[in-house]
Amino acid sequence: MGHSYEKSKKIALQTIILLGVITIVEVLIALAGKGHIFGGALRMPWYIMNLLMIVLSVYKAYKIVYEFMHMGYEVRGLALSVLLPTLLLVWGVIAFLQEGSAWKGRRDNITERNSIETENSYKPEGMLLRNDTKVLE
Amino acid sequence: MATETLEQQVANEPGADWSGGKPPFKASYGKLMMWYFLLSDAFTFAGFLIAYGALRFSMPSWPVPDFVFQTFPFLGSHNPLLFVTLMTFVLLFSSFTMMRAVQEGHRENKNGVVLWMFLTILGGAAFLGCQAWEWTTLIGHENMSVTTNPFGTHTEGGVYLDAEGNETSELVVAGESYLLHTVGAGHDEGHGDDHGAGHAMEAGNDYPNAYVDERGFIHRKYKVTEGPDAGMIKKEEFGPKAFGALFFFITGFHGFHVLSGVAFLLIIMINVASGLYVRRRNGYEMVEKIGLYWHFVDLVWVFVFLVFYLL
Repeated sequence: MGHSYEKSKKIALQTIILLGVITIVEVLIALAGKGHIFGGALRMPWYIMNLLMIVLSVYKAYKIVYEFMHMGYEVRGLALSVLLPTLLLVWGVIAFLQEGSAWKGRRDNITERNSIETENSYKPEGMLLRNDTKVLE
Repeated sequence: MATETLEQQVANEPGADWSGGKPPFKASYGKLMMWYFLLSDAFTFAGFLIAYGALRFSMPSWPVPDFVFQTFPFLGSHNPLLFVTLMTFVLLFSSFTMMRAVQEGHRENKNGVVLWMFLTILGGAAFLGCQAWEWTTLIGHENMSVTTNPFGTHTEGGVYLDAEGNETSELVVAGESYLLHTVGAGHDEGHGDDHGAGHAMEAGNDYPNAYVDERGFIHRKYKVTEGPDAGMIKKEEFGPKAFGALFFFITGFHGFHVLSGVAFLLIIMINVASGLYVRRRNGYEMVEKIGLYWHFVDLVWVFVFLVFYLL
């Protein structure tokens, strides 16, 4: 509700066209940025591409929630009670992507250490054992 | 056209659950609970997509989406992202028709609601059909499964070897993806390049230019020309195993939402046509509620599309 029938019809049409155009732009960025189209003339660094596509997708999500789902015309409290909890996901994304990178770091570390050839006559020393520890030969 | 306001309705039904005098957030019980259900569903999907991100970040390489998703019905290979873009448009358009159905409901236009809901159902069914084709191609022709991922990505440069084990002019480029073909498979299967792998190869054999494992996957051999391993002969390995499971579970979970959405749309459309909601005189609120759900399915697809196909 909130506005007249003719007005809402117009909003629906405008929103769908906007979403369609943004989708096309996103796909063009994904393809042009990696040099699939335009003869590679519009190649861009991955972080610029990804940032653009993420921003556009979030804008699409905002349009869907605001216009299609009519959230923009609901009571403020309703909107906040639904939208504020999703802010937790910002933490979720940051934390788990960092965790994923840590897994990679650990795996690389193991691969690297496995490739180091150990000498046969290796004797434990240094901080691992106290100086007066007897090592069985 | 003149309908009671929500407050009047609540006041007129003293036995109703939502009878505290005025409805919280000026919304009906059903609509508010639909919002909170969608919020919880958003967290489920977010959990899946975040798991995808964490696993992707933990791998040295990941299949490149515009290589994996480049087949199109009848047009074959080399159409990166075209088909999934079409799927996105189908779903977006069904969201538009759903919004129109809700608007017709507000002006109590029964036939309008049925028409636009019917178009929405067609859109949902078309999307499911597209997804069925996508899955069939991946499973049937490209041999991807929950536990097998034949899509890998090179992490170092090199050159492929020919049947005698000599270097060819075909380059291995770091960051580019490949698909492990299977023996005997025709090259009409999509991802069309003739990768030089012969049809005469047999499973379980080692050739100068490729190793064929017991299941018949051809791992082409190449000579590394850069990096610390320069000079070594290596073979193409399977890609990150988690890719198949993540893809099928996440798009499958979304597809299941679409499927249940279509089922509920069908039920509610039949109810609308039977005149059930005319008597309720609440501006076809049931259509509005299923509409919220349907738009949410579209909303989730925006992020599935971003994470799986664009990034």
